[in-house]
Amino acid sequence: MRRVVLNNALNDVLQDLLEEGVQLLGEHLVLVLSAILIASAIAIPAGLFLASSPRARRWALGFASVGQTIPSLALFGFLIPIPFVGGIGPHTAILALVIYALLPILRNTVTGILGVDPVVRDSAVAMGMTRAQILRMVELPLAAPTIIAGLRIATVTTIGTATIAAAIGAGGLGVFIFRGIASVDKLQILAGAIPAALLALAADGALGWLEKRFSR
Amino acid sequence: MSAVEFHDVHFRIGDRIILNGLTLSIEPGETLVLLGRSGSGKTTALRLINGMILPSSGEIRVDGKTTVEWDRVRLRRGIGYVIQEGGLFPHFTVERNIGLVPRLENWPEGKVVARVTTLLNSVSLSGGDFARRLPRELSGGQRQRVGVARALAADPKILLFDEPFGALDPVTRLDLQREFLRLRAEFGKTSVFVTHDVQEAMKLATRIALLHEGNLAFIGAPAAFEVSPHPEARAFLDVLHEARRAQ
Repeated sequence: MRRVVLNNALNDVLQDLLEEGVQLLGEHLVLVLSAILIASAIAIPAGLFLASSPRARRWALGFASVGQTIPSLALFGFLIPIPFVGGIGPHTAILALVIYALLPILRNTVTGILGVDPVVRDSAVAMGMTRAQILRMVELPLAAPTIIAGLRIATVTTIGTATIAAAIGAGGLGVFIFRGIASVDKLQILAGAIPAALLALAADGALGWLEKRFSR
Repeated sequence: MSAVEFHDVHFRIGDRIILNGLTLSIEPGETLVLLGRSGSGKTTALRLINGMILPSSGEIRVDGKTTVEWDRVRLRRGIGYVIQEGGLFPHFTVERNIGLVPRLENWPEGKVVARVTTLLNSVSLSGGDFARRLPRELSGGQRQRVGVARALAADPKILLFDEPFGALDPVTRLDLQREFLRLRAEFGKTSVFVTHDVQEAMKLATRIALLHEGNLAFIGAPAAFEVSPHPEARAFLDVLHEARRAQ
């Protein structure tokens, strides 16, 4: 009789974890996708522009690098008191995640564009292609594998860093991890860590596949 | 009217003088070979024609208009350009590479496809599935043929060649030189051909323009070149005679 009761109790715990887990996974995905989309929207056009300006490049890459060096929890903390963008909750976390995602995407976009064979670029100019045509038809397609690699790195690290967002009330899988640490509950920790790891592996695989497709 | 005119063209990079007052005319339909040593200014002269660079002083007139006045995109669409390394787009098939300028010029798709097929035949790349291949799947000689086809695609009035056969083995080079002469007979374009190979110059030129340290040392038909007294011409003729003697 006692075994049955214990089993039921275990089932309940797992069920609760599953329900909450799905919700937290959803929150986690929102954090990651928002951050990556915003970071890409900033870093990819910036990278395209910077490819033609060595001086501006040094400044921009320097700024993004400094952003990387700030410990994540500290960055989340710094941003809280700032009006409008600060405060406890997902939007502060997303801002911090965007700052972290900038460098890999920016650097890879610049590297990708600069890596286009100068003979090919010269040839494109000599054929009478406009700057826009060269960008669209030659530089972007040839830089695509490198840019996607940058997105891959940014996405995988953002999935990991987003677990810390829970510390400032932004939700996500980190909620399980922090709660598990606080109550010394290994199951909770795993309930957060394993899905996050699987999510990172899946993103790495999917974007890696995309990278290869463009490398034909 | 001449196809291309150089009027006292100077080109400098910093303190280095590359072209020192070049004046010449290129007539429609002729093949002017720019012959000279490395660093003599021949590639620079070529690239001044399609506005890839602009002169430090003097002017280059194409079809009556100076390269500064021309909308350079339009100028280049009307000039075919073949370079040593080919410069084919590695991510485009042969078909897309050749059809590039016609498509930029909004030719109807059917016309582009027909043109590509015609040109592949003209450069002896018919048969098989050349059209669908990527440049990396082609040999050096095949890539250069595609490069020539691409230059001809939009039916430009002028063709520029920058040592196009320099990186090829001698057998393929001879093959392509013959191809060039055949295409000239077929299409009759004005061609400006840069080379440092005096044999190639003698074979292909209707006129040879010898450049030496940025100056024009000689300009005239191959027959006149052979008896030119200019020291630089003599230097090249020595090479020619050595080669002939070895045969």
